[in-house]
Order: sequence, then structure tokens, then C-alpha cells
Amino acid sequence: MKILIKNGRLIDPKHHLDATQDIYIAAGKIVGIGSGPAGFEPTQTLDATGLLVVPGLVDLSARLREPGFEHKATLESEMLAAVAGGVTSLACPPDTDPVLDEPGLVEMLKHKAKQLHLAHVYPLGAITRQLQGKQLTEMSELTEAGCVGFSQADVAITDTQVLWRAMQYAATFGYTIWLRPEEPYLASGGTAHDGEVASRLGLKGIPAAAETLAIASILTIARETGASVHLCRLSTAEGVAMVRAAKQQGLPVTCDVSINHLHLTEHDIGFFDPNCHLRPPLRGQRDRDALSQGVIDGTIDAICSDHTPVDDDAKLQPFGEAEAGATGLELLLPLVCKWADAQKIPLTQALAAVTSKAAAILAIPAGDLLLHADADLCLLDPHEEWKVQANALQSQGKNTPFLGMHLRGKVRYTLVSGQLVYQAA
Amino acid sequence: MLNPQLTPDGKLRHLLSTEGLPRAILNQILDTAESFVGVAEREVKKVPLLRGKTVCNIFFENSTRTRTTFEIAAKRLSADVINLNVNTSSQSKGETILDTIDNLTAMHADMFVIRHAQSGAAHLIAQHVAPHIHVINAGDGRHAHPTQGLLDVFTIRRYKPDMHNLRVALVGDVLHSRVARSEIHALTTLGVPEVRVIAPKTLLPQHVEKLGVQVYHDMREGLKDVDVIMMLRLQNERMSGALLPSAQEYFKCYGLTPEKLALAKPDAIVMHPGPMNRGVEIDSAVADGKQSVILPQVTYGIAVRMAVMSMLAGNSA
Amino acid sequence: MILPDAEATFEVLLQKLKPLITDNTALVGIHSGGVWLVDRLLPLLGRPVARGSLDISFYRDDFDQRGLRAENKPSQIPFDVQDQHIILVDDVFHTGRTIRAAMNELFDYGRPASISLAVLVDRGGRELPIVPQIAAATIPLPVSQNLQLLQSEDGRFHFELKDSL
Repeated sequence: MKILIKNGRLIDPKHHLDATQDIYIAAGKIVGIGSGPAGFEPTQTLDATGLLVVPGLVDLSARLREPGFEHKATLESEMLAAVAGGVTSLACPPDTDPVLDEPGLVEMLKHKAKQLHLAHVYPLGAITRQLQGKQLTEMSELTEAGCVGFSQADVAITDTQVLWRAMQYAATFGYTIWLRPEEPYLASGGTAHDGEVASRLGLKGIPAAAETLAIASILTIARETGASVHLCRLSTAEGVAMVRAAKQQGLPVTCDVSINHLHLTEHDIGFFDPNCHLRPPLRGQRDRDALSQGVIDGTIDAICSDHTPVDDDAKLQPFGEAEAGATGLELLLPLVCKWADAQKIPLTQALAAVTSKAAAILAIPAGDLLLHADADLCLLDPHEEWKVQANALQSQGKNTPFLGMHLRGKVRYTLVSGQLVYQAA
Repeated sequence: MLNPQLTPDGKLRHLLSTEGLPRAILNQILDTAESFVGVAEREVKKVPLLRGKTVCNIFFENSTRTRTTFEIAAKRLSADVINLNVNTSSQSKGETILDTIDNLTAMHADMFVIRHAQSGAAHLIAQHVAPHIHVINAGDGRHAHPTQGLLDVFTIRRYKPDMHNLRVALVGDVLHSRVARSEIHALTTLGVPEVRVIAPKTLLPQHVEKLGVQVYHDMREGLKDVDVIMMLRLQNERMSGALLPSAQEYFKCYGLTPEKLALAKPDAIVMHPGPMNRGVEIDSAVADGKQSVILPQVTYGIAVRMAVMSMLAGNSA
Repeated sequence: MILPDAEATFEVLLQKLKPLITDNTALVGIHSGGVWLVDRLLPLLGRPVARGSLDISFYRDDFDQRGLRAENKPSQIPFDVQDQHIILVDDVFHTGRTIRAAMNELFDYGRPASISLAVLVDRGGRELPIVPQIAAATIPLPVSQNLQLLQSEDGRFHFELKDSL
């Protein structure tokens, strides 16, 4: 397949590229930017006039629900959602059923994903067997099978001794430990941020201290063991400040934030909208502002979708009983554009958080438009408006707090390894 | 965001919470309840307003007391009543709440009275019912118990008609109390100038002052010159959850005794939503004393619920 | 059209009513006009007569169409209805539905020995087989018009004619 993409505005944050140029693709790679190889005869030409051509997005957290939760979503439906959202590489957490704690399961998942010829899947292996927080998994074997890091998804390790040893073991091999910082006892039974909205609505709150206490523990152990840590889904202003201080001290810590937390606060719960039941919970305006500032000044390395498709039966419940999570692969790119607009920062800077900087955390060669790199890219119409509604989403999960909203920014084409894997209707 | 309790033209469609209830509607409920108190004193305690209508009590959380008062209220309006106790504990993959509601709609129910252990349950149901059906929240988790809040305010209005000059104190477990939240919203909407909450820190929600109340941890300070004392029930579980050490210490610090009652105004009234834990929240001498209006509260509860049901049924027009 | 003087009509009502009053009579006014009439009649009857008032909001036959009115006052029947001769008093008699509702409500208090009806004005347009025993004035009016009794601060009555909505 030889593809010529004509006249698009190429944006590559890593290489400070922002120019209207043609881009040439052959044998799955980028073979020319601006000008093509001699005698290049395209089998397909895409007219990208008025469109942005960006590296395919790298999403640090997308639940694909296979194996085990096929009634919520399938690999196929969610991978289609990914490419419909311009996401060409994604990491998935290990909380499948069975848990991704065996090399065989990881290989099978990678194999199934590869067969679909859609986005690249980078599984995170479990830190402990069955995520139970007691015994370590075979991190070396799992890495060979394809894991890019180790995570506990939403299940905290309560035994600090186990956490310490897990981080020591990972440090032995230079593996990265991914943890969502939440102190389990303070968070127990909580469903919303412990603030004025939860007080008014009578919801059990999760205090900000649940996150900051956990960050303090994790960073202390990281300092002592030398482990590399990636903190997932920051949600508090204090949390951002703690990471900023740790980075200033040279600690090898990175972190991400969910795009939902850059837009929404506890007030968006309104009259108990279960689509706003998220983990971590949506917090106050001060927290949201600090998270935005954290992305802008680089304290927060990447923005992810935290894509979590939930079936209707599990969502249409009273708030506290509704399963937490929001679908979001297809909304990540337009929501990043909207955020950049609101923060008045250049789109290039914002896009880095979902391309090159996210790729750096996974240590994968993705997230840029480089000569000879894999041709993973997405063509976006930045002006086209569309309404977020169930029939507009490819994902099996229709649970998004942005339901009913109009967003600007529609993916027109997505290419993975030089193949056109998505084309808007 | 449109208030789901009201129709687009501002009439009451559901009663889900006293929060967000316009003052005019609140007053209308109280005034209508006044008329129903008179009906209760007659030989024939029925009026024909809801004749031919079916009221469904759907209790996902058990409560014989509350269910009975709603049943009496509905029958006094000549409605037919169906009682449904949904035992959620025996369901793992059972019927969802919304499926239960759909089935009852198909049986031509006109009004649902809902009690549920989760905050927001009544809102969820109200958002999904067919347009002609009205939902009354009989208590959802810690969030709201609007008919209780209304009957408490009705009681206060009966004994202390000048609401603009009152000091009201709520004592006890505000954190877990839907009754407290509903009372606070109703009182502030009606313009009661000073609403106090008296409780240990473990029993108060974060940012409780944002609800428009003054916080006291010392009961003797909090009761000074108060006109109305509203006691809240203390559940036994609070002792096991490390929120409180014991019922004895709670009674010592936060129980209403005749000695503490004397700190309030001499004509202060004492209220309790029931059922009472004698010797924990309240001393028997006070509960049975001449300042207690706890029994009249129960009577007024029926009149207030009749008022709410008839207003809702009349708004189908 | 020229409306009669309300005060003069009231005088006629009083004179027609007096002969009907016995020891077992109770006057029950229907809110609001009927109650105003009863309260002005009572001191002029020359003997003590039991007084009651009815707000028929809970017995109207148009609840499904019009809902509950914003204001309703409690009905007060402080005497035992059993074996009483009750005279219902209302200001303007029109379709008869108000009286039907009032009678239904009275029967929920007990079983009266008899019920009679005294009105200030019968304006015609009856829709039920109910007839006032006493009408101080008979003023046939078209459906498009609405006759109202008003009471000023000093207690004096006057009529007002409005177009029906």
C-alpha cells in the first residue's frame, strides 16, 4: 500500500513540526515528509486539505474488557472505538477476568489484538497474583510476553511490606510500577469527592487525603527502593504539588491524568448523574485547575482517556451502586482540543500529552511523525462538530458524562502501520 | 439544570427533596396539610380526591412505620394501595430497579412512594417513569426524606407561627441523616434565621456550613435560647464504625436531659422523627414531658402526606 | 345590565331565612361568599344558631381537570351533624356542582335530618337536579358572564359582573 496524504497541516509536538505538507507512506512506514521518494506512485491519495495530520494517539489507559467482561465490551468493539478516536497505541490495565498475571494470558491478548489489525495493544501485567496484593507475579516472564509495566488497576496493595518488595523486585529489572494512589481504608465505601456536593447529596465521600497519603507512601518507598513509578489518574491539587516536588528532587516518577478530570468537577454530578461516578472521583474546581496547570508545566506527563465501558444495567443504578467509569477512547482527541482551547495553550503543546510524552512512558516508538517510523497517524477535522450520543459511538459502552454535548473535532481517517483502519462515514 | 421535581411551568411533578422546592410550593403543601388535619378529626376521615388512583409503596429498604403512614394517607384520599417490599439482599442477578418500576407501570400505578438505601434512588426512578406517574421520595440513603422534613416544619409552624424569628437546633448524627438534610433545606427556604447543628465532628458532613447552618460541638452552648430542638436518631452501627465510643458517652455529651433543655427558651418545643432511643438521644422525662411535641408530629405526618399526594395528583392536569 | 343592590338583596335573604330557623337549625356557609353571608346573618337572626363553614376543594368533581387550588381553608363543622337541620348558604347558585360537593362533604360528617339551600342569587344554568329553597334574587345570565359577590373592608356587599374566562 502506497498512500499519499496531501495538503494536511502536519503537527508533530516532539519535533516541533507544524506545517502544511504532504506525507508519503509505503510498506507501513513514513517514507517522505514534504517531498516523497523518487518515482512514488500512490495506490491511494487522501486529500487532507483543512485537516490536521497528527501522530496516532497513545492512550495510557483503555479497558478492553476482554477476557472476561464481554457483556460490557469486546476487544473488537473497543479497538474499533480506539481507531475511531484516532488512538493507534494503547495500554490496558490487568483487571480482566482472569487477571493478566500469567504470560500465556498476555500472549493470547496480544495475539487476538494483532489479528484485528487495528491499534497496537500494550498490556500492563498485574503486580501481584490475582491482584490480591500478596504474591508477586513473574514480572520477567510477563515482560517477555509483552507487558510494558506492572499495575494493580484499582485494587490497592494494603500490605506495605508487599508493596515495598514489589517495588524492590521491579527495580531489580528496571520495570515500571504503575499505581493509582488511593489509601483503601479512607476510600472504603466512598463514591464521590468528600466535599460540599457529597455532603449535600448524602453520598459517602473519599477525602483528598486518601490520594495524598497514598502518594506519600508510594514516593517514600520509591525513594528507598529506587523503583520507577508511574502514578495513575491524579485527582487532587495537593497530589500535583507532591509530584512536582518529587520531580524537582530528581525522583524517577511520572504521572497521568484522565481527560475527564481536566474538564469536570464534583458539581457535574448534578442530580446524581451516574455517568459522573468515576474513580478517582471528580473533585473540586481548585483541584481541576491545579491538574490543568500540572499538565501545562509538565508535572503531569500525559493525559489518558481512562476508557472504561460499562453496560447499561450496571450504570443505570442509584449513584453509589452504579459501576464507576466512563467510556472515552472516541472522545479523547476532541476533548484534548477543547481543553487546549479553554486553557489558551497551543494545540501542539496539548497534543504532546497524548502522543510523544505518553509514548515515552510506555517506552515505545510511537507518538511522532518521523521519517522511517511506523505510519501510525490520524487525520482530524478540527472544525467539524458532532453530538455525543449513543449511536455516534463505536464503543459498546455508552456511559460518558459528556452525553448530549456537542464537541468540535472529528477524526476522518486513522492509519496504523500504513494501513487505513478507520474512515469516517 | 432543570429541577426534576418540577414541570417546565413550575408545578410539582414529583416530591424528591425539600432542596430546590420553591417557597410558594412549600407553603402550599403546609396550607393544604392544615385542611387535612381537620379531616382527620372527623368521623369519616376520607375524602374522594384520589378515588380510582393507585398508589404503590415500593420499599427497597424496610420500614413498617413510614410505609403505614403513607398507606393511611393514601387510603384517606380514597386511593387504592399496593405495598411492595423489594428484598434487595436476596438478589445477586435479580431484577434491576428500573425493571421493577416498568413492571409496576404496566399495572397502571399512578404514584410511586419509594424508599431505598442509596442516595439518589428516587431521582433515578423519577427520571425514568412514564410522564403521568408521580414519584414521592420516602427516604433515599442519606440524601433526603422530604415528607419528614415537611411534617417537621409543619409542626414547628403550628407551635411557633412566626418562622422569621426562630432559633432551631438539630442535634445528633447529621452526617448519616436524610431527615436532617431535608429539615435544613425546608427551614432555610422558609426563612428561619438561625439553624444550628450540634454534634461531634465524626457525625457532621464536610462543609456542612455550606448548607446554611451554624456548627456547635458543645451542646450546652448550642441550646442557649433555642426555640425548637430537633433530635436525630442515633443508629447502633455508629458505635461499631469507630464514629463514637459508646451510647453512654454519647448520652452524656449529646443526650437531651431536662437540665440541658432548661438552657433553651422556657417555651421551647422538643421534636424527634422517631423511633426514639430513650436514654441515648433523649431522656424519657423529656420525651414524655410537656415540651415534647413528638406525638403530634405523627398525626401531622399523615396530613402532610395527604397534602403532597393530592397536590401531585392534581398536577396531572 | 343593571345589577341589583347587593345590600338590599341581602336584606331579602335575611327576611326569607328567618321563618326557617328552629332549635335544630345550623347555618353552614360555603367558602368564601357563603361564609361571609352566614357571618353577617347570624347576629341578625335574634337567636343563637350553630355555625359551620365548608371548603369543598376536596370534593369538587373537576379535580382531574383543574387540580388542587392554591388556597384552601379548613372546613369547620364544630357541631354534631347527626339529626341536625342544616341550611347551606352560598352566594351565587349556578350549575349546582358546588352544592353537590358540599352535600357529599356534609354526609362525611354524619347524617343530617335535612339539608336546605339558601342562596343570595340564582343566576340560572343548572346542570344537576338541585334547587335552592330560598333565592333572594333570580338573575338569569348567559354562560359568557360570571357574577361575583364581593365584600369590602367595612363588611358591605356589592356585586360584580365579569366575562367568563
